[in-house]
Amino acid sequence: MNEIKNDAKTNYKWVGKRTRRPDGPDKVTGRARYGDDMVMAGMLFGKVLRSPHAHAKILSIDTSKAEALKGVKAVVTHKDIPEHAPLQPPYGPVIADLHDISRNVMARDKVLYDGHPVAAVAATSERIARQALKLIEVEYEVLPHVLDPLEAAQPDAPVLHEDQFTHGIEPAPEKPSNVFRVVSSERGDLDKGFAEADVIVEREFRTQPVHQGYIEPQALIASASEDGAVELWTTTQGHFVIRAFCARVLKMDMATIRVTASEIGGGFGGKNNVYAEPVAIRLSQKTGRPVRMVMTRDEVFRGTGPASGTYSHIRMGAKKDGTIVAVEAEIYNQAGAFKGSPVGRSLDSFISSYTVENVRATAYDVCVNRPKVAAYRAPGAPMATLPAELAINELAEKLGMDPIDMRIKNAVGDGGQSLNGVKYGHIGLMEVLERAKNHDHYKAPLGANQGRGFALGYWMHGGGLSSVVANLLDDGTVAIATGNPDIGGSRSSMRAMAAEELGVDLETIKPIVADTGSMGYSHLTAGSRTTFATGMAVINSVQEIIEKLRALAAKKWDIPVDEVTWEAGQAVTQRDGIEALTLKQLAGMATKMGGAIAGHSEINAGGAGAAFCAQIVDVEVDPETGFVAPKRYTVIQDVGRAVSPDYVEGQMQGGAVQGIGWALNEEYIYDDKGRLQNTGFLDYRMPVASDLPMIDTVIVEVPNPNHPYGVRGVGEPPLVPAPAAVASAVENAAGIKAASLPLSPPKVLDAMERAHGEG
Amino acid sequence: MNELRYEAPDTIAAAVSLLAADAQAKVFAGGTDLIVQMKAEMIEPALLVDIKKITEARALSIGADTIRIGSAVTGAEMGENAELKAILPGVVEAVQLIGSDQVQGRATIGGNLCNASPAADSVPALIAANARAEIAGPDGTREVDVQDLMTGPGKTALKPGEFVVALNLPRPAKKSGDAYLRFIPRTEMDIAVVGAGVALTLGDDGKIAAARLALGAVAPTARLVSSASDILVGNTLDDDVLSALADAASAACQPIDDKRGTIKFRTQVAGVMACRAAKIAWMRAEKN
Amino acid sequence: MSKHLVTATINGDEVDFTCHADQTLLEVLRENLLMTGTKNGCGSGDCGACTVILDGRAINACLVLGAEVDGAEIETIEGMSKGNELHPLQQKFLDHAALQCGICTPGILNTAKALLEKNPNPTETEVRFGLAGNLCRCTGYDKIVRAVMDAAAEMRANQS
Repeated sequence: MNEIKNDAKTNYKWVGKRTRRPDGPDKVTGRARYGDDMVMAGMLFGKVLRSPHAHAKILSIDTSKAEALKGVKAVVTHKDIPEHAPLQPPYGPVIADLHDISRNVMARDKVLYDGHPVAAVAATSERIARQALKLIEVEYEVLPHVLDPLEAAQPDAPVLHEDQFTHGIEPAPEKPSNVFRVVSSERGDLDKGFAEADVIVEREFRTQPVHQGYIEPQALIASASEDGAVELWTTTQGHFVIRAFCARVLKMDMATIRVTASEIGGGFGGKNNVYAEPVAIRLSQKTGRPVRMVMTRDEVFRGTGPASGTYSHIRMGAKKDGTIVAVEAEIYNQAGAFKGSPVGRSLDSFISSYTVENVRATAYDVCVNRPKVAAYRAPGAPMATLPAELAINELAEKLGMDPIDMRIKNAVGDGGQSLNGVKYGHIGLMEVLERAKNHDHYKAPLGANQGRGFALGYWMHGGGLSSVVANLLDDGTVAIATGNPDIGGSRSSMRAMAAEELGVDLETIKPIVADTGSMGYSHLTAGSRTTFATGMAVINSVQEIIEKLRALAAKKWDIPVDEVTWEAGQAVTQRDGIEALTLKQLAGMATKMGGAIAGHSEINAGGAGAAFCAQIVDVEVDPETGFVAPKRYTVIQDVGRAVSPDYVEGQMQGGAVQGIGWALNEEYIYDDKGRLQNTGFLDYRMPVASDLPMIDTVIVEVPNPNHPYGVRGVGEPPLVPAPAAVASAVENAAGIKAASLPLSPPKVLDAMERAHGEG
Repeated sequence: MNELRYEAPDTIAAAVSLLAADAQAKVFAGGTDLIVQMKAEMIEPALLVDIKKITEARALSIGADTIRIGSAVTGAEMGENAELKAILPGVVEAVQLIGSDQVQGRATIGGNLCNASPAADSVPALIAANARAEIAGPDGTREVDVQDLMTGPGKTALKPGEFVVALNLPRPAKKSGDAYLRFIPRTEMDIAVVGAGVALTLGDDGKIAAARLALGAVAPTARLVSSASDILVGNTLDDDVLSALADAASAACQPIDDKRGTIKFRTQVAGVMACRAAKIAWMRAEKN
Repeated sequence: MSKHLVTATINGDEVDFTCHADQTLLEVLRENLLMTGTKNGCGSGDCGACTVILDGRAINACLVLGAEVDGAEIETIEGMSKGNELHPLQQKFLDHAALQCGICTPGILNTAKALLEKNPNPTETEVRFGLAGNLCRCTGYDKIVRAVMDAAAEMRANQS
């Protein structure tokens, strides 16, 4: 059952309606072209040789035998990738260090994880390319490795980067460390706070890295021309960002690289980065032919970045009346082989939904011998929300208080801000909590061996750079080009907003995603920013067209433009005897009366609005085996305004199910040599259809005052509280305390036995 | 893999001849293990001998005394055979747990057997059902008990040039029932962490007259738990009997810690699965 | 490496192709025949993105050899609609927003089609277990299951 509660009374014609997405028919017929669906005449096949060691020095690479193999046209190693100086402090919240990125693309002096690229070949067939890899001789000096962030933070741990010294601690250290930085945030007086507490809970958690799990592996074709121009077709969440990375890594001019984004088969943050793109460009430059490179599923797991695994510790104190008075929390985030896990976001997620006077939170960014982490749907947030929400649930239990009442008691209000000082603006947190509390699910009786969990999550979505071009065609149709790959139906929302502004039928608007050569910069389709920021740019572009149409009508009627208004798809005036002119009529006149009509907008969207998501989960535990079955799931989320409600629901459901996988079965399994053991979907266990119930959704709309339609980002919040909600349900069903995700059956069974005595 | 050839003979003799001539030949039936292993370069066969055109390997016949299932009969086909499902529901449900519906459309009972994974779903059920493998080779035909065919992880007692043509199962006596249960962390798509196949026959006195329990995924090969027969015969499934059965199942385990389960977990859950499978087999036996 | 000349019927049309012994049907469809509607998600039968219908059965094309489909009838996503007319399943997937990125959709549509041909009136549980071999990471399966049940209802109504 899916409900939409419309807090803003406005009834729009298209915004908020369930409409058919423009790319739908192509996707249900197999016509849509994804990364691996493109061919170019004469294309070669590129393959990457990957390190079999978790940590080793590269002593030598001999590619001569591979180069001599018939059918091999080129080989690339680090010698073909420029050197980059390391990023210097001060370091911003997000790290993009070309020194690291270029090394992740192709190892230079060391390999840092099982799967780290060491060389690449291009050949006339995939079979020959794979054969060629076997002929490349690499001499390694294997080094001790470390996989766990706590272990890696110890002074005697094997060091990944001899030139990395921990930032954020005083005095500045002289010994290199795997800890890139320590960030912390503090307010109030922690000791005083804990002294006031009537109840204190203390918990420790471990979580494993989890992969975004997109079903489409990375795939691309690069084609370099003799005049230096490069064409790149790739599956990505941000082709402008890919262009920038390729240009910077290879030290080329940005404008020489033209990137076309294919349709994308899932990203969730994992396709914001370059992996093989710079290598493919080099191979194409060396051979003068297009080079296709597609990852196998094995390579996706070994070579692309998951979300961080963590160790966290939290201490939380509350008064009898439920007021949370003190929180002390720390989290160690695995960054993988190179620095840059989302520690700032983790800090922000510990108590972001609540007003707590006394807080100290610390986060450590720790390098370990695993793939470099990449963004995954609210990066840094789910793993910090887990300890916080489970601690609050435990406090509520000890105080005999309802878990939702405890959230209501401490809920942050309008004007609140995160631990890091991000201001929330007008928010719908209370509405979300009330809807959760009054939902049927919350009151439904539970059966034997069943338990219910509740958790709340916060996410501040992005704004940022978006560009849009809108062209009015002679026949009155409008072609709108954005620079944002469409991951989940955003073309539908862009079309709805444009049609709403213009006051015309949906079918009048044709949205496309254009390549990087055709328009201005657009940042990633990520950070839940697309409907918000690109939507604003669409609205601006259409408004510019409207201004020009008003001017055109004024010219036609020979009256001042301020006597012309635009209503329901027409230019109208109060003057007697003048008939309104439709969009179609004006469009037909435009080129004869001055020129083609277009609008464009390049913005840096501000005014993001904080979003909150609450989840209620019921699970049933098999007491003899520890098997956990999700039985009922409800997601309640403030989306500001649901422009395309079907797709908003879809985001809520998809995020919840990723959370179920994170909580119950997904993890990376390594052997004692640091080699990844589960490199496929057989043993990297994502939820399948038979594991799940329907996922019910409640869309709450408390419009964001900073967006013309009140939009708040919707993609990321649904994952934030999900692992905590599921873990909480398991705790209640099994009578255990969760200490480590995933809560796979052996762990649950073991915990039940320890909690209840021999089972 | 550069020298790979594919052949599809239509007689047993032709298949034997191809297999005997090339030590690196592999029998190809459903391909759901073979192709995966080839692509992962875990094996590098020189010749694939496709047996799906051999009539005897594809036939399924239900006789008065013997049920003969061709080795290249798929899990889906076995599931669609209502008579087979009624007589040996445990064997059928075992093959129907292999992979997804798509995999079952291709995976064969002979392939699942001869791939010899310790966790293969069909094997405990076949052992419980007293199945024998009918093997053709350069020296003629022979029959081997399924449990003796498995010699280690990925290893069978097949000699060069031999392949399994069919599985022969004795038709169960009346008042018999069989069942196969496995434990996996999700609801589908996982390799068994523990598999338990049970076959029971009830006597006129309402007590168990014959019983076999076989376990999979808890030892290098699936195996018969010989003490189970002693525990069950002459009894009903009361709490004491079930408790003893669980202990016997756990005691028979020789599992490993791997990415699918721990020794501790497998040992414990083997007992649980054995008892649950026994209960289902009992209910089915009562109905027959 | 042996090479094979194969003739198969694909979506009702007779098609000839040559392939190497080690090529799967998935590779043949995508690379030799440029029929890229069938997707490669894992290559090992664990995700179902490559599901096609072979002689009436939904199977993973990555686990079938090109060499063995001589004389076979194959249905891929490209043949699911009739001209411009979408199959009820395709239509219901659009109506129910049962796809987000769409990469799993061709495989799921084929699995669902074969499922409904065998079982025209499945329960929700039967649909879920029938689709267990098709991974979707975007939707959480909710709208997919609804779309399949709704298509089943419509197809039953069209029969009567």
